[in-house]
Formats: sequence, C-alpha cells, structure tokens
Amino acid sequence: MAKILMKGNEAIAEAAIRSGCRLYFAYPITPQSELIEYMARMMPKVNGTFLQAESEVAAINMVYGAAGSGKRVMTSSSSPGISLKMEGISYIAGAELPAVIVNVQRGGPGLGDIQPAQGDYFQATKGGGHGDYRLIVLAPASVQEFADMASEAFELADKYRNPVMILADGMLGQMMEPVEFKEALTDAEIEELPKKHESWCICPNEDGDKKHHHEINSLEIDPVVLEKHVTKLYEKYAEIEKNEISYERYNISDDNEVLCVAWGTASRIVKSAINEVKKDGKSVGMIRPIKVWPYPYEAIAQAIGPKVKKVYVFELNTGQMLDDVKIAVAGKVPVEFWGKVGGVVFTPAEIKEKLEACFKE
Amino acid sequence: MARTTVDPKFCKGCGLCIEDCPKKILRFSENINDKGYHYAECFAQEECIACKICYITCPDVAITVEK
Amino acid sequence: MEKISYRPESLTQTPFTYCPGCLHGVAHRLIAEAVDEHGLINKMAGVAPVGCSVFAYKFFNFDMAEAAHGRAPAVATGIKRARPDMHVFTYQGDGDLAAIGTAEIVHAANRGEKISVFFVNNAIYGMTGGQMAPTTLPDMKTTTSPYGRDTDDIGYPIRVCELLDTLVSPYYIERVSLLSTADILRAKKAVSKAIQYNKEGRGFTFIEFVSTCPTNWGLDPLKARTWAKENMLPFFKLGCFRDKGAE
Repeated sequence: MAKILMKGNEAIAEAAIRSGCRLYFAYPITPQSELIEYMARMMPKVNGTFLQAESEVAAINMVYGAAGSGKRVMTSSSSPGISLKMEGISYIAGAELPAVIVNVQRGGPGLGDIQPAQGDYFQATKGGGHGDYRLIVLAPASVQEFADMASEAFELADKYRNPVMILADGMLGQMMEPVEFKEALTDAEIEELPKKHESWCICPNEDGDKKHHHEINSLEIDPVVLEKHVTKLYEKYAEIEKNEISYERYNISDDNEVLCVAWGTASRIVKSAINEVKKDGKSVGMIRPIKVWPYPYEAIAQAIGPKVKKVYVFELNTGQMLDDVKIAVAGKVPVEFWGKVGGVVFTPAEIKEKLEACFKE
Repeated sequence: MARTTVDPKFCKGCGLCIEDCPKKILRFSENINDKGYHYAECFAQEECIACKICYITCPDVAITVEK
Repeated sequence: MEKISYRPESLTQTPFTYCPGCLHGVAHRLIAEAVDEHGLINKMAGVAPVGCSVFAYKFFNFDMAEAAHGRAPAVATGIKRARPDMHVFTYQGDGDLAAIGTAEIVHAANRGEKISVFFVNNAIYGMTGGQMAPTTLPDMKTTTSPYGRDTDDIGYPIRVCELLDTLVSPYYIERVSLLSTADILRAKKAVSKAIQYNKEGRGFTFIEFVSTCPTNWGLDPLKARTWAKENMLPFFKLGCFRDKGAE
C-alpha cells in the first residue's frame, strides 16, 4: 500500500478502524480534535458507532459498557480530559476489560496550554486513577509508529483483558508524516473478535436453555475476596512485564561515553543530536522505551557500556521517567536530567550542547 | 383451595404482608431464620383466598401463592 | 394446586441485601416479572448503580454491569451501542441519578437512547447513612441537613420526570409509587410497558418509583409508607408525563 501524508491524529483513527474498532466515544479537546473529527466522518461509512459524549467522564463509561460487551472500543482525549477519564480507567482495569485510550498530551498542570508536553508520564505509568492497577502504555515517536500501535494496543487489550493507553503528544497528533497502513481486518474477521470474550462478557444467550449471568464488576465487598482479585491482577501484570517490554537501542556500542534515555517526541530530537555529535567523533547511545509500562529497566542497565560516564535523560517535563531511569541505573553511573516544559520543545541544537558539555567534563 | 408460603430464606420480618393481608391470616413466626428475623407465616391456609396481595407487597419476593 | 405467584425466573436465588421493609425489592420484582413476561431473559442486560442497590447485579438473573456512581446511563449507552440486539436498563437511586449522575441521565434521555431507566426516589441517601439527597423534601431532616432542608440555601428537591419531560426525545416517562398494593399494581403496568417499548426498540423509557427508607427515616416499614404517602406524593405527583406509544 502506498504511503499517505497524514496527521498523527488522523492516522491513529484510521489505523484503529482498520484494527476492527467499530465503537468510539469521546469529547472534543485540543490538540486531539482531528481524531474525533476523523471518527465522526469515517465510523458511519464502516457501520461503526461514533458518539460525541456529554463529557470525558461519560465517554470513558460508555467505553466501559462497550468493552464489557466484548467489542473493540476506543476513546481519546488530551491531558485534562484524560484526568477526567481516570475514574473510569480504574474501573475498566478493576473489571478487567479490554479498551484502548489515546492521550495526545498537552502542557499542564490544570488547563495548561495546548502545546506538546510529556507531563502525563506519572499519570499513565504510576496510576492516575485510584487503586492497585496498571495500564499498558505505548509511547510512539513518529506518525507511522502512532498508527502501527493501534492494532498492537487492541491485541494487547484483548490478550490481557486490560486497558491500554497510547501516550502521544500534541506534536505527534498535529504533525504530518507519510504513513503506510496495515491491511484492514475484514468484516468477517471483526465479527469473530468478540467471540473469545463471550464466556464472560455481556452478550445474548444463544443457548436458550442454559441461562448465563455474566457480571461486569470491580466491586468485591469482602476484603479477602478483593485481596484475591488484586493479587490475580498483579500476577497478570507480572506476566505482562515478562512478555511485553519493548524498546529501541539507538547507536548503542562499547564506545558510548554518554547513554541517553528519552521517549516519544523527545527521543526524535535526541536522535538528531546524537547524529550531530557523532560527526565530531563523539559516541552517544540512546535507549528509547517504546512501551513506558512495562518499563525496560534491564535494557537500560545492560546498555551502560564500559566507557559510559553518565546517563542523560531528556523529557518534555520536569523529570518523570527520570525516576524509572534511576531505578534502572541503580547508582552505577551519575544520572542527569534536562527538560523543557509548558509546551516548549527543545531543539536538536540545545540537546547537542548538553551532550557536548558531557565530553568537556 | 389456596396456599400461601413464606420462604424463611428470603423473609426479613418487615411485617408489610401481615398488615396488607385482607384475611389477616399472616403473623410473625415464633421461630427465627438464619439472619435472626421472626419471619412471616400463614397460620390459617384454609382461609386464604389467593388474592396475591402478600406476594405483591413483599419486598423480598419471599412468598409463593398457589391455587 | 398450581403456583400463581412466585419468584420470577429473572431474579437469582440470592436474598436481597436491603433493610427489612425497603421497597427496592418490589421494584426489582416488577422489573424481573416484566423481563419474564416479554421473554427477554436471554437478551437482557442491566446496569447497577452505586448506593443501596449497588449489589443489584447479584439479584437479576441475566447479564449485569456495575457502574461507577452516576454513570449507569453512559455504561448502558456503551452496552446498547455495542450490542444493539440486547435490551438494556439501568437501575438507579436518587443520589446516583439526580445528583452525581445528572449529566449522564439528561444526555442519555436527550439522545433518546434506546434503554430503560428505573429510578428509585426515597428522598435520602441510604447506603452512606441517611444524608440529604437532591430529592430530599423541604425542611426534611437528614444527617447532612440536621436542621431540615433549607431551600434558601440548597434549593428545592429536583423533580426528575418533569425535568426530563422538557426534552424532545424521550419516549415514555411515568412516575409511580410502591406505597400500596394498588400503586404497585399500577407500577407493574408501567414497568411492563417500559420493557415492552424497550423490546420494540422504540426509544428512551423512564420510570420513577416513589419509595421509602424506613431505616434512615427512623420509621418502621408501615409508618414509612404512610409518611411517604402524606409527604412525598404531594410534591412528587404520580402520573404519566409522556407516552409516545399512546399518542
């Protein structure tokens, strides 16, 4: 299939539809509005459901209902709207429902601004909603990757019966890049998808004699029963940590004197800076977590080569993934951080300057 | 001929059926159920007219009426 | 002899967790009977609220979802849109529906969502211990209106049927009571009609039950019914507000 020039927000919407998503509930917010608008245009053409909800809170609870019915369902928003969805996300995790949530991050806290930022890392990877639960969090760094993550997100959600978040930002949502889409699932394939959930989800009882009573629920009033349920969730999360870690190793070698760690949009800029300093004979490597939960702690530890003097974390926040990097490095070498916030994005030249300073020390 | 039976498993002894029964043939049992309630019972089946009022009023769906 | 009145198939064998004399159980039974009557047990899905009826998912003998506080109409929307061949209802109390869930109920009604909503109004929060509800009557004492509901300070009770009746889309809106056997029989007809319209995919149907809370009103079950008749019914007038099927 030929490449198409598309905004990230539209590419993820198209890719979701191709992945069999026929239910989408959301509320408009900048900078993700092209996503909801694309769904409004395209869903009727594939006999899907597009519903503009009265709020983000209602949208995520519609997702809960649809996911409880075993169908592929998605919602999207940007940072302040994702905060509103957090209650529902906790319920979806508690009730073990498959759903995909896209966060096109903007500056915060509060109303913040509408420029790209990475300030929702903690919210996405450390909780956000209440209770002991985990989200699988995919962090794209290009429009192509953003689109590719749609099918991966739905498959992971189905496989683990867990909510999956795609954590993008206003840059990836708004920028246009060439995208090549995977072949779309056929209607017959889409019809098959919910069948694997029909032992537990809300669905008509085809066998009239054998009544079923499926409960979509996160309430367990008996502490011992709830403890068992949460323990079961944690066993599932351990399984996800074992199977699903993904990351990119960029320019990693024994010659590296600095190891960078960056994710999403920030990692693109760091890559350019690494290429720039390489021209001057300076070796800098980078680990880019592709999923930010489960997190590639071991990959970072292993990438610290014999000559690495410092691990440098660059983020569009005040240092959130930094905590995970420190856990991974475990004091072996110093960890430094530099970030830009408020929707201000650092340039390759600025990162290059930071890297060059490391070689002067 | 009619019969009204209260299932002690469901009854909480609220007394609504006893109040509403037009024939006044329901009362609290001297016995208690597993939850400790003196459940309702029919003490004069022969007078039951199968009007179903006890069934209609019972908030715990504890009553079966036969005819 | 033949059984003429018995526990409907659409109820499980789990005893209700409600206080003695609480009329939630009557509302449950009416819904279950209507589901049986219309032969929908294999295609029905209910959504339980947060409040006293939070465990309603244990009591209905078909697929059930438990919703976050106030969100039942949104959850029901998701189910109905995902499974148009299912018939979906929500069961909600006055705190759930008329306070925290006001946006969800108004917009589900306004969309004409093809679901049924069963709303139990007993003018108080039961589960949390008798706090003031959006439907608490003027001057009525609760644990958070210990000097009586001050309408200058907190406003008047919300009449939900009347509120929803201002919208164009709803198909059927009726307020019934569970306070006497005659009223319960009228309520049964209304519930059956709502489920029938639901079965036929006609549109949004809404039944409000005026009910009691003996425990938090501090009255025995019999006096609670009398109190509700004397105090609630003058403010929450019974009747059919909208029936597009009868037009």
